[in-house]
Amino acid sequence: MSASTASTIVSYTGKKLGSLRSERRWALWTAYASLIVATIIFLAPPFYMLVTSLKSSSEISNLSGNPWIVRAPTLENYMELIANPLFRGFFVNSVIITLCVVAISMVISVLAAFSLARMKFWGSQALATGVFLTYLVPDTLLFIPLYQIVGSLGLLNSIWGLILIYPTLTVPFCTWIMIGYFASIPKELDEAALIDGAGWMQMLTKIFIPVALPGIIAATIFAFTVSWAAFVYPTAFVTTPEHMPLTIGVVSQLIRGDTFAWGQIMAGALMAALPPVVVYAFLMDYYIAGLTAGATKG
Amino acid sequence: MAADGTLVAGAPAAAGSGRANTMQRFARRRSTIAFLMALPLIALIGGLVVYPAGYAMWLSTLNRRMTANIGLGNFEILLDSDTFWMVIMQSCIFAVGAVIAKALIGFWLAHMLHHIPAKGQRKWRGMLLIPWVIPPALSTLGWWWMFDPSYSSINWLLNIFAVPAVPWLGEPWWARFSVILVNVWYGSPFFMIMYLAALKSVPDQLYEAAAIDGATGWQGLRYVTLPMMQNIISITVLFSLIVTFANYDIVRVLTNGGPRDLTQVFASYAFQVGILSGNLPRGAAVSLFMFPVLAVFAYFILRGINRRNKEQM
Amino acid sequence: MAQVHLRKVVKEYEGGVQAVKGIDLDIADHEFVVLVGPSGCGKSTTLRMIAGLEEISGGEIDIGGTVVNDVPPRDRDIAMVFQNYALYPHMTVYDNMAFGLTLRKFDKGEIKRRVENAAKILDIGMLLDRKPKALSGGQRQRVAMGRAIVRDPKVFLFDEPLSNLDAKLRVQMRTEIKKVHQTVRTTTVYVTHDQVEAMTLADRVVVMNHGKIEQVGPPQELYHHPKTRFVAGFIGSPSMNFIPARLEEVGSGLVVRMTDRAVLPVPAARTARYAPHVGRELLFGIRPEHLTEPHPNEHRPSIAHFEAAPEVVEPMGMETLLHFWVEGHEICARFDPAVEVAPGKLAAMAVDMDQMHLIDPKTDLVL
Repeated sequence: MSASTASTIVSYTGKKLGSLRSERRWALWTAYASLIVATIIFLAPPFYMLVTSLKSSSEISNLSGNPWIVRAPTLENYMELIANPLFRGFFVNSVIITLCVVAISMVISVLAAFSLARMKFWGSQALATGVFLTYLVPDTLLFIPLYQIVGSLGLLNSIWGLILIYPTLTVPFCTWIMIGYFASIPKELDEAALIDGAGWMQMLTKIFIPVALPGIIAATIFAFTVSWAAFVYPTAFVTTPEHMPLTIGVVSQLIRGDTFAWGQIMAGALMAALPPVVVYAFLMDYYIAGLTAGATKG
Repeated sequence: MAADGTLVAGAPAAAGSGRANTMQRFARRRSTIAFLMALPLIALIGGLVVYPAGYAMWLSTLNRRMTANIGLGNFEILLDSDTFWMVIMQSCIFAVGAVIAKALIGFWLAHMLHHIPAKGQRKWRGMLLIPWVIPPALSTLGWWWMFDPSYSSINWLLNIFAVPAVPWLGEPWWARFSVILVNVWYGSPFFMIMYLAALKSVPDQLYEAAAIDGATGWQGLRYVTLPMMQNIISITVLFSLIVTFANYDIVRVLTNGGPRDLTQVFASYAFQVGILSGNLPRGAAVSLFMFPVLAVFAYFILRGINRRNKEQM
Repeated sequence: MAQVHLRKVVKEYEGGVQAVKGIDLDIADHEFVVLVGPSGCGKSTTLRMIAGLEEISGGEIDIGGTVVNDVPPRDRDIAMVFQNYALYPHMTVYDNMAFGLTLRKFDKGEIKRRVENAAKILDIGMLLDRKPKALSGGQRQRVAMGRAIVRDPKVFLFDEPLSNLDAKLRVQMRTEIKKVHQTVRTTTVYVTHDQVEAMTLADRVVVMNHGKIEQVGPPQELYHHPKTRFVAGFIGSPSMNFIPARLEEVGSGLVVRMTDRAVLPVPAARTARYAPHVGRELLFGIRPEHLTEPHPNEHRPSIAHFEAAPEVVEPMGMETLLHFWVEGHEICARFDPAVEVAPGKLAAMAVDMDQMHLIDPKTDLVL
């Protein structure tokens, strides 16, 4: 690490120019070597999943030869899954749940953030702290009482139960980062809007939301990825396959002890992981902005 | 023009009081609107976080059939069982081990990334963040397959270097290691991205000033980088401790608690006891054991965030 | 267009801190009034109370014949230009200017006419499609003014509109603002901490300090006849020199005695005015521009001569500033740059005693 930091630090401690240059070159080499090793390790599992998903069952079960390469690539696993109504059902469930949860989360958190960041009322400071603390509550702390509550509402084994509960995962953080984005809008801007004749709602829709659009996008991405990847709640609340979203569906339904379904499992996992990865690929900067805005779960 | 600006301190009381009411009404109206806007949030937090938390405490005092209150009975039974002590130990090993590894790897990678030319950073960052983007339940499936006893592709690689095959999920300590490994793989990119953001916020002039003051690379790191990042490092570590401590996905998919409940953590054990074995009160009690630990972490995070906000003001 | 009246206006924050301590001010129709003072003097708070952005704790504000204490900003028919311009970053220049009219449901054609007219006045016609991000500081400033002009309000309010500009642009925009006011003639209240801005722009300047009005008057009056020590020191740059002195009677005239060696005669015209204060310890005030090199052709009786050795000499180009110390008080003199002076060497100086001021240190009032 010392060598690497030296690359930006110009050291004047009596060293010859040549050694300084070689020191810097070394630092750069170390950096690239570390990054290459890390990238290989980080990308190996998804790569291996892809390789497996392209193999036929017989090639997977063949123990001779390199498992990391595919000799006779086939889309068979993907085709079978797409043709499988159960898998398509998982997908549809995930899409419905995610769309609803994102919409609910954004409405609740944008309204609340605007009110907490700008309007202030009795107890608003405490509420802001409460929002943050709620964010720190992990889903595994409350899933048992929530199981009872969802059960008493008759929403077990239903996507509506999940749509009701998921906002507890998304809203606190979305509100938190929207408070941050709204608070960074100069106060003069709402004063100008006030003088221009805007009411509170107009101020929110015509000024705050457009100006804080990067924040809105970041929060939307967050809500999307969280509700797409949620695992504890669907595992606990849904046991009937036709109501499962993708995550638990792939994990619990594609694994069958007797037949050799690894290719299909990997294909299913990859297809299920695709939407967040695509969103990430296109909106990486917003994704990262949202991630670093409030220090997310890690 | 009587504009000499002679002062009259204190408002004329008579004129003021009548008006103060309308002004107050105006202010009250504004905070009413604000309160209404925050109401859905309050309902959500109250109904689906605060109420369940209270409900969990009540639930944990009931017997299995939820017909009688047995006070702290569930907690006593848990503390008497060897399995539960194993769960406590495993949760701590898992959380502490994984967070330390994630923090170190994340810090190292952030540094490496920070020191390559800015042009290439985006590309590398994009690739290195991928483990974080894939829903962990799904990527863990891939790991599970890589750890498969007879088809392990990792063991195949190890065999090339003449290393004997490793019983990844079969043997307790290896299983523990595997669970941590997957969590580290999944969580390191997050640390990296947080640290990278923090590194970028340290002004270059500080390093230049330190270099002119005669600091070596190490000293620059020790006396400039670390102090400047101290707050974000501690917030990130505490955050990660909470989430890792309460992790469920990876254990569920990779080992499902096995072999012989040796890799159970609080969350997976609570699930096992509460949902799968149908003893909801005791499951709730298991979850509640996490509460004091999480509360302490949360307190320190809040303190760190407040301090950071104050510094930025 | 309208008159604005402030009657015993008070601003008190929670905890009893008074930012504005009861001020009275009458602003005539079409008038350009500048509130000036150091930071924290209450000038911005006063402006924001006129705008309706701060609640009025006491007293009354009247715009165009209506008491507006309870009227929200949008119904006060005022327009405001902010220090950081407060342009809506997501809207084009056109939309920024049109926003207030759109919210007031003006028809499209009227909005277009007004925006184009304002754009013409401000010479920003070619910028209408741009976003604020793509504008220079001066252009943003113009757009902010344009947003005010299109509204055709009763009153323009300016809150330190030039402080974010560099020195050169500031001078240019100052002229621009004056030009715009001469065109549209809207009653204007302008807040600044810069006394040069205040002097150049204002019909009348309001000097504020500690939440009170120190003095109101046309720029020339404030310069020549300050009423308090604060105004005397605040107006003019470099600021007035103050030296403790005793007023003494010598024969039929008066003198101010600073030290035994520095004794200056009071002009005969002032004798009657100062006579009641003979023998008191006062502050002698004289501006640097009235403390110059001696002119050989100048023989007015009010000119007094003396010598002093400057410790610091600052050539400014158009003038040279000399600093010397009398009894521990720094004194600044303004010399013609053609006169050769060197630090530490005695230089002959002339004081125009017609321009002197005497200040009572107990009340801080100018006598």
